[in-house]
Amino acid sequence: MIKVLIVDDHRLFRSGVRAELGDSIQVIGEAEDVDSAVRAIAEMEPDVVLLDVHMPGGGGQEVLRRVLGSGGQVRFLALSVSDAAEDVIGVIRGGARGYVTKNISGKELTDAIRRVSEGDAVFSPRLAGFVLDAFASSEAPPIDPELDSLTQREREVLRLIARGYAYKEIAKELFISVKTVETHVSSVLRKLQLSNRHELSRWATARRLV
Amino acid sequence: MADQKTLAEPGTAEAPYRRMRRRMDGRLVGGVAHALADQLKLDPIVIRLAFVLLSAVDGVGAVAYAVLWMVTPREEHEGPPPSRDWSQLAAFVAIGVALFAFGWISGASQGGIGMIPFAIGGIGALILWQQADPDRRREWIAGGTKSIRKNRARTLIGIVLVVAGGVGFLIAQDELQDATPGLLFTVVVVVGLVVIVAPWLAGLWKELQLERRERIRQEERAEMAAMVHDSVLHTLTLIQRVAHDPREVARLARSQERELRNWLYQPKQDADATLAAAVRRIAAEEEDAHGVQIEVVCVGDIDIDAEGKLAALLKASRQAMVNAAKYSESQSISVYAEVEGEEVTVFVKDRGKGFDLDEVPLDRMGIRESIIGRMERHGGSARVRTEPGEGTEVMLTMKVAKRD
Repeated sequence: MIKVLIVDDHRLFRSGVRAELGDSIQVIGEAEDVDSAVRAIAEMEPDVVLLDVHMPGGGGQEVLRRVLGSGGQVRFLALSVSDAAEDVIGVIRGGARGYVTKNISGKELTDAIRRVSEGDAVFSPRLAGFVLDAFASSEAPPIDPELDSLTQREREVLRLIARGYAYKEIAKELFISVKTVETHVSSVLRKLQLSNRHELSRWATARRLV
Repeated sequence: MADQKTLAEPGTAEAPYRRMRRRMDGRLVGGVAHALADQLKLDPIVIRLAFVLLSAVDGVGAVAYAVLWMVTPREEHEGPPPSRDWSQLAAFVAIGVALFAFGWISGASQGGIGMIPFAIGGIGALILWQQADPDRRREWIAGGTKSIRKNRARTLIGIVLVVAGGVGFLIAQDELQDATPGLLFTVVVVVGLVVIVAPWLAGLWKELQLERRERIRQEERAEMAAMVHDSVLHTLTLIQRVAHDPREVARLARSQERELRNWLYQPKQDADATLAAAVRRIAAEEEDAHGVQIEVVCVGDIDIDAEGKLAALLKASRQAMVNAAKYSESQSISVYAEVEGEEVTVFVKDRGKGFDLDEVPLDRMGIRESIIGRMERHGGSARVRTEPGEGTEVMLTMKVAKRD
């Protein structure tokens, strides 16, 4: 049983998610702002936190900073209605292990939570598109080649995600195992979080559309 | 309680009549002008200017000031007397001296009576100005400053020309020597006026800026309100009316969501200018027409070319979306458009029932003509991958000359 904490400032949405999640997931609590979220995470020790990006008191990024900054081991899955690149890239770089939009179906969300709880990354097609876009716009040579560019295989996986393929379909398409697909995605996530190449932040700023 | 309040605040409107008193704070000489200003609800500057102006005319102002000073009681003041605004006092003295000298040179003050109408006229104008509606006064000022700001160079040249012309005229008439003191004092008067009025003008300017900012904010709010009203409220009403039809409700909600998202997160793009914008628009239109969710992801972007290659690609993409929406029975369609170097690729994928490509009858124009044929005619290619039960993916590729 995966223990999940829902952090969102909309009560209606929290109860909606609670109702939609499958039997393999146990919702152990809810929080509605940054302070209560940080408190609840410390008290309840959930496996996965479903984290809203926009919230009073600093938003999801603030929760990530305070929890992960003080050495917390909990895993975060960002959940938002926002399509803005800086929100998406922002929470991923803040430490979330995945990003899904709120119109995701209950089954897909259950799947995503399970995957995050196992330490894997969850990329929506849109996030994959953002990452491809960010890493593609490389006029300057990478500073750290290992972190600052994607391998051919990672690029292929991301493109298939962006095209709407599920992990299983990607595995079949590339003749690799689902586990290998997950490894590639996790590796992209790590690069996304650790790379300090200028393009990433500059790209996100240039796409700052709000 | 009420009585006490009235006593404590004699200046409030409840008091029917109030004796004029000279206050210590804000006085320049004896506090007479300030007291008078309080009583008449005018700006003290107006009263002071009036006194200075009248003093230049046979000293009427000075006499009046002295008389008022004697008959007006002083208001109780606790603590050390507040310091005077010496710079303002200096400015008034300068104006007074200049006016006096001017009157003496031009002989106007000796004429005495002749100047009084002018003095009274000046005071009247000042009082009028003072009493005018603040908004209207601001309009006057704004109109003036605006036209000056707009034509700063022209105004400057005009002033220089007038001064040069005047000086030249006086030299030609050999009267420059005589006129010099008069001109000098005129300059002093003008500078004095500027010194007095400057802080007030600055305050006015700041207020104007504030007002402009507030107006911009209000316009934004109005645009937001119009947007919410025209689309969101409208859609909510429609949803209530078709509540019995879940498919229609979903379609309405989805199209409204898309519209709001575009408004919030997408730059204002011309859908006919770039590929990504055009793909998004086409997906939105087909989503509306068929009630199927279409997710669009774009990587990179390119301007629509003139030769019509991308237009053909877009038409083929639309046909692929229409096919998927109509025949696949899939709940959602994924569209991925990518620009990489000179190659533009569009994928349209569904997870529907799929079909056997070989069994598509020859007269079905959808795939053969509108997609594959069209792409090949424009130098591109199209590939269809499908199997019964496995969904369908259409891949469209087009090479375009890289510009910029």
